Amino acid sequence: MAVRLQEAFPGLVSAPTEFRGEATLKVADADRIAEVCAHAKQALGFDMLLDLSSVDNYGADPRWTVVYELYGIGHGVHLRLKADVSEEKSELPTVSTVWRTADWHEREAYDMMGIRFAGHPDLRRILMWEGYPYFPLRKDFPLAGKPTELPDTAFTRTAPLEGGPFVTMAGGKDSMAREPRARTPE
Amino acid sequence: MATQTIEFRDTAARSAEAAASASPEELRDIQGDKLVLNMGPSHPSTHGVLRIIIEMDGETITRAVPDIGYLHRGDEKIAENMTYTQFIPYTDRLDYLAPLANNVAYALAVEKLMGIDQKLPLRCQYIRVICCELARISAHLLGLGAFAMDVGALTVFLHTFTEREKIYNLCESLTGARFTTSYTRIGGVTRDLPPGWVDQVRKFLDEVVVNIAESETLLTRNRIWVDRTKDVGVISREMAIDHGLTGPNLRGSGVDYDVRKASPYLVYKDLEFDIPVGSVGDCYDRYLVRMEEMRQSVRILHQCLDKLPGGADNRSKEPVNIADGKTVLPAKDKVLTSMEELIHQFMLVTQGVDAPPGEIYFGAENPKGELGFYIDSRGGGTPHRLKIRAPSFVNLSILPAVLPGHLMSDVVAILGSFDFVMGECDR
Repeated sequence: MAVRLQEAFPGLVSAPTEFRGEATLKVADADRIAEVCAHAKQALGFDMLLDLSSVDNYGADPRWTVVYELYGIGHGVHLRLKADVSEEKSELPTVSTVWRTADWHEREAYDMMGIRFAGHPDLRRILMWEGYPYFPLRKDFPLAGKPTELPDTAFTRTAPLEGGPFVTMAGGKDSMAREPRARTPE
Repeated sequence: MATQTIEFRDTAARSAEAAASASPEELRDIQGDKLVLNMGPSHPSTHGVLRIIIEMDGETITRAVPDIGYLHRGDEKIAENMTYTQFIPYTDRLDYLAPLANNVAYALAVEKLMGIDQKLPLRCQYIRVICCELARISAHLLGLGAFAMDVGALTVFLHTFTEREKIYNLCESLTGARFTTSYTRIGGVTRDLPPGWVDQVRKFLDEVVVNIAESETLLTRNRIWVDRTKDVGVISREMAIDHGLTGPNLRGSGVDYDVRKASPYLVYKDLEFDIPVGSVGDCYDRYLVRMEEMRQSVRILHQCLDKLPGGADNRSKEPVNIADGKTVLPAKDKVLTSMEELIHQFMLVTQGVDAPPGEIYFGAENPKGELGFYIDSRGGGTPHRLKIRAPSFVNLSILPAVLPGHLMSDVVAILGSFDFVMGECDR
């Protein structure tokens, strides 16, 4: 199946790589991903898009990788497609016209990573709220979160790690020094 | 004397006549605006924190926009910052109605990445299947009870919860926790079955089939239940596949896709069970599919308990973990007396299992549908990216296509028949 998809798009789709029995194809030009997906669905019977995820290759160029997990109910074959997108561009065509399920998956990828999908019917944030300024799954977003300037209705504060009773921060006082009842041993 | 005929027609006929020749602005004055109703995020039938913005013309829904994310905790971000083993408790909180099944799915995904999924001891595989199927019965009992309660049949809820309580007791004696089980480890399970547990499960199975039959007599031919669910929320086969539905919701539409049969994992290929499918794809079909799946789970469980290597007491000391110090924590008594095990323990706890670079997708048939994990590993003990394909997330994405055209009161039935969990949807 993977080879047949590669033959349909010579030069665009790479030779399949295999790991743990799963075939992965790389699509060289992300702008043509919708075309490849439409062919995979119509000619090769991959009628289901199981999953769409996005990877942040922080520090490398191109920065984003969008991963499509295809499955055909008729033949029971899994196939993975990958496309790289540079940080400056951060945009590739939507596949929600091929599989309707991609609608919410792409909204999630936009919400979490900030990758835009051209031609998407309704590209809004989905898990975070409308107006949230950051993309939390990016590698340069800290785990503890960032404060945002949206008063009252929507706000985030950093996770309350500092100041907890059993937390020693780097460079801070240790628990003996912070405990007022602690006595220095005679 | 001349008679005069005066025609009195009803208001609907008069407004229809006026609307036929009205400009768009006048039309709005005649018909009135559409009503926008906010349902949720805390509404009894949204089973958590789903919010739907519903636009209605009279009682008929013309547009539905689901709003999710109220329970978003950033599980995928958290996973990138801890070792594979440390993430297991977070999987309890995905589909919190079937934590055992999530544990198993996640452990299998990491084991596939490490290439050790074929090396799992047979007893471990059987125990994991038992866990999955107990979780499936538990989740379906709740889904069914809540569905019936939402459309007005409260008794069923009380019935099913009686049985769920027994499953929780079984979970407690197996894992030490009723809810947050965290039972699996990479390469095995935390502990073997406790003494007498197999007999307790057998006793439970005999009781649950009676209970399922009783619930069925309360619902399947109940006139009110049939009226509320039949031909409501119909999803065609093509539409279900296009929207990526999985699990009972997909099978209710007549597609016989079940991961346990399509790409078998654990020992499912050695077990006999059937995949029930619906014919119409309405709420009633989805209900029937879940009902039958519980019976099939009972069937699977009986086979597992009979075939369990080592038997109930494990007299022959069959292993439940992979015998590899580099993946599975060594026995506690060995850690304190032997140097090599101490080193293994230290390395596993501080740095985690050493996964090779590569990427895998693993999907398991969970009660709600296909729970998938996509792991992008760059080597080492933490994933570079861990994507959770949550079945509830995908199943809910069909709502804008299904709800319009239905009555407001049908929303409750449709949501109940979808049987979603927001903990998993929002992650």
